[in-house]
Amino acid sequence: MRVWISQHWQALGLTAKQFFFKPISNFLSVAVIGIAFSFPLGIYTILENLQSFSDYFVHSPQISLFLKINATETDIENINSRLETFDGITSFQFISNEIALAQLQHESGVGDIALHLKKNPLPHAFIMHTQHMPPDKLEESRVTLQQWPEVAYVQVDSDWVRKMHALIKLGRIAVIMLSSLLGVALVIVMFNTIRLQILTKQDEIEVSKLIGATDRFIRRPFLYFGALQGMTGALIAWIIIAFGIQMINDNLTELSQLYELNLHLVPVSLYQILLLSVIAALLGWLGARLSVAEHLSRIEPK
Amino acid sequence: MVAMITFDNVYKRYPDGYEALTNLVFKIHAGEMVFITGHSGAGKSTLLKLIAAIEKPTSGSITVSDQIVNKLKTSMIPFLRRSLGIIFQDQKILYDRTVFANVMLPLQVHGFEKRVMERRVRAALDKVGLLNKEKAYPITLSGGEKQRLCIARAVVHRPLILIADEPTANLDVAYAQNIMEVFQSFHQVGVTVLIATHDQTILNDSTARILSLNQGKLVV
Repeated sequence: MRVWISQHWQALGLTAKQFFFKPISNFLSVAVIGIAFSFPLGIYTILENLQSFSDYFVHSPQISLFLKINATETDIENINSRLETFDGITSFQFISNEIALAQLQHESGVGDIALHLKKNPLPHAFIMHTQHMPPDKLEESRVTLQQWPEVAYVQVDSDWVRKMHALIKLGRIAVIMLSSLLGVALVIVMFNTIRLQILTKQDEIEVSKLIGATDRFIRRPFLYFGALQGMTGALIAWIIIAFGIQMINDNLTELSQLYELNLHLVPVSLYQILLLSVIAALLGWLGARLSVAEHLSRIEPK
Repeated sequence: MVAMITFDNVYKRYPDGYEALTNLVFKIHAGEMVFITGHSGAGKSTLLKLIAAIEKPTSGSITVSDQIVNKLKTSMIPFLRRSLGIIFQDQKILYDRTVFANVMLPLQVHGFEKRVMERRVRAALDKVGLLNKEKAYPITLSGGEKQRLCIARAVVHRPLILIADEPTANLDVAYAQNIMEVFQSFHQVGVTVLIATHDQTILNDSTARILSLNQGKLVV
């Protein structure tokens, strides 16, 4: 057991030495892996952020109910009492057309135009928050409300969220496809890297075989090398994305202050970094293993 | 006496029809020192390669310290080779590492602890008189020193059998004698030593048994 550990330790040491022996060329190939993997990782991170951002809206959808322009006080009271017993509504608020106009004059840049209006063009409205419910249930409520005689138009604010969710779903598939392709590319790159390494170490491999090295022993440093390169590539991808998120967040703070929102991108989690590193290490290992199987047996002592 | 190496009706024929060895029958005892001689092309190197399972015999059987070499599984060949110490005709020194690292290689293959390895490498280098060159790169060594490096690498893991293919080729007489003394000292501590050579002065100086090959046949 001690011998086994010490052999692995030696192989790892050898690999590390190999890695730092040609730092530039090794760094370049690792950087290629890193940059390639930063694409799916970046897209994934943005999707994750969009998801959590939209989840916030999905969890408390808002329904705006606009009354007909000629609605009377009685109509308003009717709706008020009906909404109090309406299923699924947690809270609601009445916004009269005067308040709406005042807000319009106050907030948006069109205040001047609004001031010169002879007649208030805005309808009375109710804004309600509902419980979290599935989209079809929400749609059902919308249809019911729409059928009330006093109601001109019902708008479910989470409609765009549903559309975005569908888009995110598509994006996820794209990420999976991209990562799979790049994963295959990583295996191929490693296959070739190891092939070149085996070629340059032909003498050493031959001598090792002649003095009784097992195939395992000869294979080991190459496998470690593949795994190490894959893992370092993943870490570089993470560093690229971490920088990217930092830069976007710096600018996003400014933007979100304009909209009175607290927007910022959440960085890649530790769990995700670990997972990515492990997968990349496994892929690197696989590429090396295939390469070793293909090329090592060709070197036979004569 | 216990046989260390046994050849039984061994033939080696190459695919092109050339017969390198014909019906070899001989035994080498444990602790014996034996020379194999003959003109170049007589089959000396082929014979040594058969012992180390670098090549397979066409027919017949070869036994090395109770292992039937021609029936060994490929996965077992490394373990056979670990019981041998081979000095190759073309030396096979690795020029990208120091003398010390070259000699350490067999021990790494065996899987020794670092401390043990360092002690053994120094002992082997000391025995061949290269201890002061342990940090040197092989390219800086003289011909005789390179050969001694090969010997150190062959004996560092204390093999049962020491095999040398033309160890004194390209060395002047003084160096050659020095090398032969090193082999003699291993023979004296009980290692079975097998040397292929066509160097007549060495053969004349020695009292060891000589197996003479001529066109692949043993000359009695």
